[in-house]
Amino acid sequence: MAIRRGRGVAAINYPTGMNLGGDPTQALVHSTPTGNFMVTLSSVDLGQGMKQIMAQICAETIGVPTDRVVVDTADTDTGPHCMGTFASRGTHRAGNAVIQAAKEARQVMLEVAAEELEVNASDLETDGQGNIQVKGAPQKSISIFDVALSAHFKRGRSISGRGMFLIPRSYPEKETGAMKPSTCYAHACTVAEVEVDDETGEVTVLTVKNVFEIGRALNPKMVEQQLVGGSWMGISHALYETTEPYYPNRDHGGTDFNQYLMPGPGDLAQTEIIVLERPSADGPFGAKGPGEMCANPQIPAVANAVFDAVGVRIDTLPITPERILRALKAQTTG
Amino acid sequence: MAKVPVQFTLNGAEKAEFIESGTTLLNALRDKIGDTSPKGGCHQGTCGACSVIIDGELRLSCLTLAETCNGADIKTTAGLAEGGVLHPLQRAFLDAFATQCGFCTPGMIMAAKVLLDRTPNPSREDVVEALSGNICRCTGYEPIIQAVLVAARANSQNAA
Repeated sequence: MAIRRGRGVAAINYPTGMNLGGDPTQALVHSTPTGNFMVTLSSVDLGQGMKQIMAQICAETIGVPTDRVVVDTADTDTGPHCMGTFASRGTHRAGNAVIQAAKEARQVMLEVAAEELEVNASDLETDGQGNIQVKGAPQKSISIFDVALSAHFKRGRSISGRGMFLIPRSYPEKETGAMKPSTCYAHACTVAEVEVDDETGEVTVLTVKNVFEIGRALNPKMVEQQLVGGSWMGISHALYETTEPYYPNRDHGGTDFNQYLMPGPGDLAQTEIIVLERPSADGPFGAKGPGEMCANPQIPAVANAVFDAVGVRIDTLPITPERILRALKAQTTG
Repeated sequence: MAKVPVQFTLNGAEKAEFIESGTTLLNALRDKIGDTSPKGGCHQGTCGACSVIIDGELRLSCLTLAETCNGADIKTTAGLAEGGVLHPLQRAFLDAFATQCGFCTPGMIMAAKVLLDRTPNPSREDVVEALSGNICRCTGYEPIIQAVLVAARANSQNAA
């Protein structure tokens, strides 16, 4: 009986969103009378930072500082349609919709500014600080505050835009069954090192080293935050979480979240995150979906590391001490 | 049922309320007094989101009856900032991106404050132990541990 060490590697491709029934998200953008911009969405920010990312995308597209954008989300009674925050799709789908809406609003904003400055709208640019100026002649400028006041009180214009992003439904080809149920794949690879106690079956994850290829990281710190938490959750999926430990028998299943195991602060593996950015062709500013995908590669990596450590192949999750001990027993008696 | 009077200090201010006997401190703080910084996660003492400091001790407000707090000195995360300046722990949580959905954050900060009040230069193991009664489902804990260590270093530099 001994503590045995093992190392496992796994790589994944992971889609952004899913379009088995069509995958739309819509967005609306409008200016307030003082030249702030409102993004209205039905998409939900669960804490992963969608509001911040949508504010950045809208601000970048219109050409204003991010703090001039307010994002309102999550009222599906009144907001524009969104399929939801799942399948790593929020940044990609809603972001594309926000870009389209913000472009339309920017065009109206430039048209109003053009009338105020008595120039052609195509000769105008934003300075990113809240002003609109003539290209090559920045001394001829007007603040977006004044443009919005003019639109609202003088010219009767609505500085607003509509955005729509749709990945159409994919049908299987009749002959082959081939289809395209998702788009814009992110990639990841994880190496996990574990110790397995072959007497108790207990697994300790020592290190996880992850490389994530997630398109453009629109907010690098928030991407890192998501990936660190996701890597931890991947280990949780691999070793801890289940509602049905003896499925289909319901015995010993948790009855509330207190009985739903996840690793605590004392169970953390030493975690390394490396981000590779290969901008996607169809994502907002090259983004893909780093959300859900980041909690996946740790699972097969840990399973492979357990195999490397004690020579048993556990193909049912989570990889509990009981499953390891039963497999070890079967190995020796078999 | 007859209401009972309860009187305590909350973040330095005197509070007096009539409450239903059996009301938890968590519900008294949130529903009667309006301090919603302690969160009701599990309401059975396992998640730590409702943690507050009572007379210097870390307590679960969901398992504490408000009427047992007469005369107590109670502190919550809502009272940490002074004149709009964030407490070093709050600052460190922000800087370390130690909060995502934010539901566990006030309880985490309370647990960390009691640790730093007693152990100004904690080891990583001390921090892990101090946070082990608090559940987080977003961050993977590592950013929270780092934030507490950063706040401890900031405190000791200020003291030096």
